[in-house]
Amino acid sequence: MNWTRFGFPAFAAFMLVLPALPLPDFWITQLNSIGLYAIVSLGLVLLTGVAGLTSFGQAAFVGVGAYTAAFLSTKLGISPWFTLFVGVGLSVVVALVLGAITLRMSGHYLPLATIAWGLTIYYTISNMEFLGKYDGILGVPPITLGGLSLGSGRGIYVLIWLAALAAAWCVTNLLDSRPGRAIRSLKEGTTMAEAMGVSTFRYKVVVFVIAAVLASISGWLFAHFQRTVNPSPFGIHRGIEYLFIAVLGGVGHVWGAFVGAGVVKIIEDELQTLLPKLIGTSGNFEIIVFGIVLVLVLKYAPNGLWPFVTRFLPAKRRVNDWKNAEALPARDKPVRGDLLLDVNAVRKEFGGLVAVNDVSFQIRAGDIVGLIGPNGAGKSTTFNLITGVLPLTRGQVSFRGQPIAGLSSRQIAERGMSRTFQHVKMIPEMTVLENVALGGHLRSSSGTLKAMLRLDRAEERRIYAEAEKQLARIGMVELMHEQAGNLALGPQRLMEIARALCTDPALLLLDEPAAGLRHKEKQALADVLRQLKGEGMSLLLVEHDMDFVMGLTDRIVVMEFGTRLIEGTPEEVQASPAVRAAYLGTEH
Amino acid sequence: MDFSIASILALDGATNGAVYALLALATVLVFAVTRVIFIPQGEFVAFGALTLALFQTGKVPGTVWFLLVLAALGAVADVVDGLRHSQSAARIAKRVAGTAGYPLLISLVCIWAAPQNFSLLVQALLTLALVTPFGGLIYRLAYQSLADATVLVLLIVSVGVHFALTGLGLFFFGAEGFRNPSFWDARFSAGPLALSGQAVIIFLASLALIVALWLFFERSLYGKALRATAVNRLGARLMGISSDSAGKLTFTMAAFIGALSGLLIGPTTTVFYDSGFLIGLKGFVAAVFAGLSSYPQALLGALAVGMLESFGSFWASSFKEVIVFGSIVPVLLWRSLRDPHTEEH
Repeated sequence: MNWTRFGFPAFAAFMLVLPALPLPDFWITQLNSIGLYAIVSLGLVLLTGVAGLTSFGQAAFVGVGAYTAAFLSTKLGISPWFTLFVGVGLSVVVALVLGAITLRMSGHYLPLATIAWGLTIYYTISNMEFLGKYDGILGVPPITLGGLSLGSGRGIYVLIWLAALAAAWCVTNLLDSRPGRAIRSLKEGTTMAEAMGVSTFRYKVVVFVIAAVLASISGWLFAHFQRTVNPSPFGIHRGIEYLFIAVLGGVGHVWGAFVGAGVVKIIEDELQTLLPKLIGTSGNFEIIVFGIVLVLVLKYAPNGLWPFVTRFLPAKRRVNDWKNAEALPARDKPVRGDLLLDVNAVRKEFGGLVAVNDVSFQIRAGDIVGLIGPNGAGKSTTFNLITGVLPLTRGQVSFRGQPIAGLSSRQIAERGMSRTFQHVKMIPEMTVLENVALGGHLRSSSGTLKAMLRLDRAEERRIYAEAEKQLARIGMVELMHEQAGNLALGPQRLMEIARALCTDPALLLLDEPAAGLRHKEKQALADVLRQLKGEGMSLLLVEHDMDFVMGLTDRIVVMEFGTRLIEGTPEEVQASPAVRAAYLGTEH
Repeated sequence: MDFSIASILALDGATNGAVYALLALATVLVFAVTRVIFIPQGEFVAFGALTLALFQTGKVPGTVWFLLVLAALGAVADVVDGLRHSQSAARIAKRVAGTAGYPLLISLVCIWAAPQNFSLLVQALLTLALVTPFGGLIYRLAYQSLADATVLVLLIVSVGVHFALTGLGLFFFGAEGFRNPSFWDARFSAGPLALSGQAVIIFLASLALIVALWLFFERSLYGKALRATAVNRLGARLMGISSDSAGKLTFTMAAFIGALSGLLIGPTTTVFYDSGFLIGLKGFVAAVFAGLSSYPQALLGALAVGMLESFGSFWASSFKEVIVFGSIVPVLLWRSLRDPHTEEH
């Protein structure tokens, strides 16, 4: 039996028929709470586990959903089905504001802002006359559906678990999609993702908003399940508990949220009766255990409990469904011999140090140009200036006749320039194919909502067809289902080239592609590059290895101490006394 | 509001701000050296205030047993670690003595001293001596083996430590709140302003500590070693500065500062086992104001937080926490506009 295909429907069917069985009411209530916890933790799985951000304020978003539902339905008599949207809307606004402010800064400012937000909302709710202060709002009406009241534990159970399962389905879909790959790239820093055309800021905000929406939905359900709300379940400590659930269950795994919610809820109940008996007085002693377990989990099982479950399940393998997919749109290619890149007196100063001193050179379409020089000559800096990773101090760069100096690396990628990195940048836990598919980001358009509802499959097939085609082009197609992190350095570098090719570039820039490769791997790389040139690709490579460059390039630019020393054919460069002096020193 | 009320509020704000400044400095210090965002800083405040309160009643404070438990765990960790690296018995014994020796000693002293009804000053010194070793032990147990983890993981660890310490605080101190006697009952009045002796002590102690910290970082070799670790951990390690001992030293200083803040704030408010969290977070807001990096800005931020709190409680007393913690949002906005490209991974 294919577990991955039938596991989810089987679990969903099981959870949904449970209330029809003669299960004691106590367990129905427990399962309701577990479902509500899991919905919130799913958001944290996305935010913390996948995107590498975090929030301690999820309980506050739950509170927004719950109080909106309670206030509007009790005091104003508005239908719960409408208050859901109001609560979600409010959470989205708050998440957008907090995200817009903090997500451009270092990753730890978001959690700090959410601590403040969590405390603020708690104290605000607790002091608002019209929200009942610390007593809260009593007598929240049940949700009704076509005349049927979902007031009982079993009634609301179906709704809670439908919501939880739907959320899990949406998040699973999202992670396996165009926006999902972008979100999964966030944890590895922004440079690579931006170079592939991903707006990292935008996707960080998207993930934070999704997490807030899930929390708010949980709050809406909570209000109509408990039929009363007060401030205590929305304080900062509950926010931390949600994070604990996600970390314990397996942050980064959708089903980890459910495992974590189940384990925490059941253990919490046990501890709340056991510990006060042991200690002799009442109090929240369970937080001692939670705190210590949280530290221990991060120390000894940073991936949480879920990997212990998946260990016994067969590995998931992507089914090839893109055989006859239509090709992705391609851009117009420059004609061989056209001026492609014109670097004109670019300069970069770091304080008083001139790293790149008015360097100029040109690349014509169809050429392989090498940029060489001794260590510290400013090659990589020049490279980063061209690709927009570093801002220019002065100078002009034009690409296909348009000025690109001052543009961001994402905007430059949009214009058809793609690159690899000196130190391989990839998403190690994705397969080779998925990593390469990230290169197709700019050639496709499916958004987050479409991906969550799985309406993006036609386009996904086209992206995967393209990714497979590029892997075949560099001779790596048999490794496409391998996890990228398991590859040796040579294949990883080739994979980066395939990813860059997947963007359909007019110019390909390779930053020290041969660094750290063994002899055979270098030969394989040189063959691939020659083949690309044969297919009309233009290349700029920064390189150290002389043999590699000399045998491959049409023209070479030599740099030393930030300035251009000479430009010419490999023969001219080899014969130049100035180059020899730069590399080997001069005789005195 | 007239001038006299405003000046009273300002004085009140400055007094609290001086305490928040100490906590903000500790937060910045810990983050700079270890990259730990130390949420439980406030717990030391509660420990300090409650320990002194229990000494006042002539009882052995729960802190003693708490410290002994932590020291025992630290010793076990040392033994396990030593056996795993097959160190000699003598070396392991030395490490255990280093970890648990001082906590054991000070605990015995405190057990002896508690019923003797020493003067307030002696009891305050005992409190400092008792709470300070918590820092190093907490670093040893929770953070040391994770020292190379990301800021995010360390932050989540901090939250776990905060949970554990709050719960253990309830266990060792009970749910009862205490208000300590003032260190100095004198009152000075100048027009409408009434300056209490305790406020004078708070100002002087804060000032003394800031000067001491400055001297430590500018003049002492240890201080320079910590600064080196803050700039580049690996580089500092290659120069022979152990990042473990740098971390332990930093946390010890943080615990000392926390305990001192607890002594200072104890006579001005009733302290419960969980009061430290909010007090510490206010120091934290000030540290965020400084981008977790600049000491002088942290100082300014702390004074601003103190003022905001005192004026906030005058205008809308039940919303003073909302005002203080809500203020972090415009502060972050200001920081992000001023310095939008501080992305680091």
